[in-house]
Amino acid sequence: MNLFNVIDEIQQVDPEFQDRMSPRRDAIKNITSFGSKVAVAALPFAFSTLFKRAYGQTTSSVNDVLNFALTLEYLEAYFYNQGLAQANLIPAADKGYFTTVAGHENAHVAFLKSVLGSAAVTSPSFDLTAKGTFADVLTNYNTYLAVAETFEDTGVRAYKGQAGNLLGNQVVLTAALQIHAVEARHASAIRYLRASKGVNIKPWISGSATVSNDTGIAAVNASYAGENNVMQGGVDITTLNAVSGKTTITAAIEAFDEPLDKASVLAIVSPFIKS
Amino acid sequence: MKTLTQELQNEGMARRQFLRYAGTGAAVMAGVLTMASCSKDHAASVVNDHVDLGSGDIAILNYAYALEQLEAAFYTQVAATPYSNQSTYEKALLTDIRDHEVAHREFFKAALGGNAIPGLTPNFSSINFSDRTSVLGAAKAFEDLGVSAYNGAGYMIKDVNYLALAGKIVSVEARHASLIRNLIAPGSFADSTVIDANGLDGAKSPQQVVPIANTYLSGKKILAPALGIY
Repeated sequence: MNLFNVIDEIQQVDPEFQDRMSPRRDAIKNITSFGSKVAVAALPFAFSTLFKRAYGQTTSSVNDVLNFALTLEYLEAYFYNQGLAQANLIPAADKGYFTTVAGHENAHVAFLKSVLGSAAVTSPSFDLTAKGTFADVLTNYNTYLAVAETFEDTGVRAYKGQAGNLLGNQVVLTAALQIHAVEARHASAIRYLRASKGVNIKPWISGSATVSNDTGIAAVNASYAGENNVMQGGVDITTLNAVSGKTTITAAIEAFDEPLDKASVLAIVSPFIKS
Repeated sequence: MKTLTQELQNEGMARRQFLRYAGTGAAVMAGVLTMASCSKDHAASVVNDHVDLGSGDIAILNYAYALEQLEAAFYTQVAATPYSNQSTYEKALLTDIRDHEVAHREFFKAALGGNAIPGLTPNFSSINFSDRTSVLGAAKAFEDLGVSAYNGAGYMIKDVNYLALAGKIVSVEARHASLIRNLIAPGSFADSTVIDANGLDGAKSPQQVVPIANTYLSGKKILAPALGIY
C-alpha cells in the first residue's frame, strides 16, 4: 500500500479530507513530514488511524459493512443466476427483466470484492428453498417472483440500515447509496411484474395501520416488519396536509421506506444459507 | 488534535444542552429543529434575486425540500390534467406518486420549520401535460435526477438522523424512477443509461443538480454559496 497515493486519491474525491484530518488545516499540510516520522512497517496502522480520525470510522467497521453487503449480493446473484439457468422457469417475455437484475447483482459482487480485496468474505453455499419454505422456488414462476420481491425489498432495507455506519464517508457511503437505489429500482420492477400477473401489489411497499407486509405472504412477515411506520423524525406524516385533507395512512407508509438492522436481516436470510 | 468524532459528540452535546434550556417551547418542534441552535448552520433566506439554501445540514435539507417542491408541483399538475388516453392503472400510480411527493414536501417543510426556504414557483412551460410522452419523459428526468441528487449529497449530511431520513426517501424515489421507466419502455427500469458497469445508480453533486432544477423555476432561483453554488 502506498500511503501517499492513497491520501492523494482520497483528496481527489474528498476535497475536505484535510479538514477532516484536522480542524487545523496546517497541522497536516505537509503529509511528507508526517510520513517521515512513521516507520514503513507501521504505515497500515497509521493509515487506519488516519481513516478513523478522518471519518470517525475504523477500516474494519467499514469492511464489516461491505462484507455484510457482499454476503447479501452473493445470495441475490446466486438466486438470479440459478433462476435464469432453469429451462422452464422464467417466461421468455420476462427474461429481459431478470437478465438486467442478475447483471447488476453480479456487478455488485464483483465491485464489493474489488473494494474489499483480500478482506472479502467468500460466498456461503445457499438453499434457495429456505429449508423448504419455498420448496418450488426454481420450478414455480409465481414463487420465484415472490421470493425475488422479498429479496429486493429486504436488500433495500439492509443497505438503508447500514448508511449510518458510513456517515460522512464520501467514497463508501456514496457507493452504498448507489447500490441501494439500484436495489430499489429492482424491487419496484419485480413488483410491477407481479402486478402484471394479477397480484394486487404496488411498485412501492404499501400497508395500513395494522398491515406492514403488503405481499400477502405470511412467511416473509419479518422482511416487512415495521414498514407501516408513519412517524418520521418525530413528525406524524398523517398530520401533514395533502392535496385534499390530510395525508392518508397509506400514502404516509408508501412515501418512506424503512431500514432493517443487521441482526434482523441475518435472521431473515439465514434459512437461505446452507453453510 | 480534536477528532471529527469528538467534534460531533461536542456538537451533539451542545444541541442537547440547547434543548434542555429551550424546554418545550414551540420552536422545538419534534426535535428536528435542533440544528437551529448550531452556529455553523445558517438559516436559509431570500437574498436579493435568489433563494439561499443556507449552510450545513440545513442547506442539504433545503436542497432536498426544493427538489421535492418541484416534484410535488409537477405531479399535482399531472394528476389535475391527465394526459390523453391515460389508463386507470396509470392514473392510480401517478396519483400515488403525487401523494408521496406532496408528503415529502410537507415533511421537509415541517422538519425545517423556520429554516425552510419559501415556496418556489415552478415553470413547467417545457412540458406538454396533455401528451403522455412529454409527461412521462419529464417524470423520468425528475426521478432519475432526484435519486442521483440524494445519492450525491448523502455523504455531506452530518446528522445521522437526517441521513436515515434521506435514505428512507431516496429508495421511494428510485421505485418511482423504475416504474416511470417501465411505463415508457418495459424493462428499462434500470438500463445502462442510468446504471454504470459496476451496477451503481447515479450520484450527482448539488453543483450539478441545482442549475438543472433552476431551469424549472420562474422567479427566484435557488443558490447555495455555502455549497459552492453561486
